[in-house]
Amino acid sequence: MIEPNPKGEVWIFAEQEDEHLSETSLELCSKARELADRLGVKVGAVLAGWNVRELSYRLIAHGVDKVYYVYDTLLEYYRTLPYARVVCQLITRHKPQIVLFGATPLGRDLAPRIASEMRSGLTADCTDLEIGDYTEPKTKAVHKDLLMQIRPAFGGNIIATIVNFDRWPQMATVREGVMPLGDGDPRRSGQIIEEKIEFSDFEQSVRLIERVREKRKVNLKGARIIVAGGGGVGSKENFKLIHDLAGVLGGAVGASRAAVDGGFISKEHQVGQTGTTVRPALYIACGISGAVQHRAGMEESAKIIAINWDKEAPIFGVAHYGIVGDLTKVIPMMIRAIREKE
Amino acid sequence: MAYDSIVCVKQVPDTANITGDAMKDDGTVNRSALPAIFNPDDLHALEAALQVRDRFGGTVTAITMGPLSACEVLRDCLYRGADRVILVNDRRAAASDTLATGYILAQAVRKIGNCDLIWAGRQAIDGDTAQVGPQMAEKLGIPQVTYFEALVDLSGRTIRVRRNVGNGYEVLEARLPILLTVLDSANETRPAAAKRVMRFKHARSAGEITNEVAANMPAASSAEKEAEAARLLEKLRAAGLRIEQWSLDDVAADLRRCGMSGSPTKVHRVQSIVLTKEGYTEIPPSEEGVGRMIHELVVDHTLG
Ligand SMILES: Cc1cc2nc3c(=O)[nH]c(=O)nc-3n(C[C@H](O)[C@H](O)[C@H](O)COP(=O)(O)OP(=O)(O)OC[C@H]3O[C@@H](n4cnc5c(N)ncnc54)[C@H](O)[C@@H]3O)c2cc1C
Repeated sequence: MIEPNPKGEVWIFAEQEDEHLSETSLELCSKARELADRLGVKVGAVLAGWNVRELSYRLIAHGVDKVYYVYDTLLEYYRTLPYARVVCQLITRHKPQIVLFGATPLGRDLAPRIASEMRSGLTADCTDLEIGDYTEPKTKAVHKDLLMQIRPAFGGNIIATIVNFDRWPQMATVREGVMPLGDGDPRRSGQIIEEKIEFSDFEQSVRLIERVREKRKVNLKGARIIVAGGGGVGSKENFKLIHDLAGVLGGAVGASRAAVDGGFISKEHQVGQTGTTVRPALYIACGISGAVQHRAGMEESAKIIAINWDKEAPIFGVAHYGIVGDLTKVIPMMIRAIREKE
Repeated sequence: MAYDSIVCVKQVPDTANITGDAMKDDGTVNRSALPAIFNPDDLHALEAALQVRDRFGGTVTAITMGPLSACEVLRDCLYRGADRVILVNDRRAAASDTLATGYILAQAVRKIGNCDLIWAGRQAIDGDTAQVGPQMAEKLGIPQVTYFEALVDLSGRTIRVRRNVGNGYEVLEARLPILLTVLDSANETRPAAAKRVMRFKHARSAGEITNEVAANMPAASSAEKEAEAARLLEKLRAAGLRIEQWSLDDVAADLRRCGMSGSPTKVHRVQSIVLTKEGYTEIPPSEEGVGRMIHELVVDHTLG
């Protein structure tokens, strides 16, 4: 752990694979920028890999002031232990006050290992981050300008705000897709600092034997319009309605977990807490009740249309347009109305 | 070659089925009003360990940290085939965050001694943090493999496993000992075996016995109660039905690293989710109504 250090930088861990930065890393950049501006400090990024220096420019464009770049052949493919060593040593060297990771499979593997080694706090899967003050309930001691780590808990039924005032850095993993992705400004300038990490004594206890990546076939995150079907669609045959509506709108197809569990559509289409978090211009929820775990993944959409024959369904609580009716009748009406507009 | 496994399990409130009764007036969740269940991913961790034992020989020890009621999941482990179960129970461990929990469980693993494989579920449904497994591995100074989906090979001191990383998979090779966190897609869990249920439903921890004696002999002096509890525990031990119960002292834990003082993260505020009933435009399910809505969406540039 490091001592509380209010002058410390705000850091992000820049996740990269096959020489591509993850989208979440760029989302973290804009959030880190916002927090750092509030605190009046610089944004740093830890970039580790082999021959990925070029990626620094993208990070800088998205708001980073200093890229701490570490390269070694050991870092070509992600493995927990060498990466944990990089981040822990850099934290000890530069004492950032905040370190953020994407709550990706990689981030959720790496961050707890680092937190344990540093003996500092870590909050998983945050959906929002703010700077604020905290008063200790017993001593009434006030800690100013802490990182408020906001996350759903208890299966999404409550929202908890977590703080760490004494064992820094303040660390969090941040859910994918919940922080807006900025455009980046290629004219921004920043520093690239090459850091050396000692690996000569490193024992390679885990070897990578095989590595397979599938191309993402479904691009929910990038879609401007999403038509999503739920358990209420009833069958795989009926799910064709969802595809048809998405087709005429040029949108992507989403689904609730009930639709995935029912075998109407594959898991890559799932929206929600254990699926993808989306924020399209238009989200059409058809036969979806609006369970809290589903809403967590879509309620930030700019416009939401809900079609459900139960007027008490919670989905109407987040909807802008609500149609209380049978989706097998309403969807064909919508398709006709859209065709007429053309 | 035989392998000894330790499985970390947790009893959790069934957060998937929260009803109105479980919400308190202040909007927080009343844990005690929720049914307690075996954390789903941990059942898959247990199954993975049992499969290794069934194939190669060895033992499976299940450990949990929690209140006495967590003995319920330990009995379930016995029903499904665990050889030994241990409850880590200590008031001073209350309010531990993941860092402190990882430390305490690592201390318990140290006390158990030699083991080759440590298994945990990917995450628990009450917190969804997925942190305790990796933190335990770090405390023990051993490597971790998260998102375990299949055992590819195990021979001598070398293991090969497949892990699913969402957009693909990896096969890793590691030297034992190692800690693995298990996905629910890794296996089909076995049900409780009827014979084992008959036998192990009588398994108890010392704390449970103390409570049962107190309830059954309300008039007895404390010395009499102690003597009765000691007698019952000895009987259980002889019959192989004793659930071991360890305190923080038993696992030689540094108290500064446990409970509230060992936890860097503090809960500042908790809010229940309130639906923003701002109201929405209700569209009648008719050609005309739907047409009007589409028109509005075109006008405000959401469509087209
Ligand atoms: C840890 C955890 C994580 C989870 N993660 C997710 C997640 O990521 N994403 C997710 O979606 N869920 C998730 N869930 C599941 C979630 O709790 C709900 O069970 C699920 O979202 C329900 O899906 P549904 O609303 O489509 O189905 P149902 O609950 O079956 O609701 C169907 C709805 O359709 C309506 N309906 C039925 N027929 C018609 C018709 N003909 N016309 C119009 N309306 C009709 C019904 O009135 C009802 O409201 C998770 C649960 C847990 C415990």
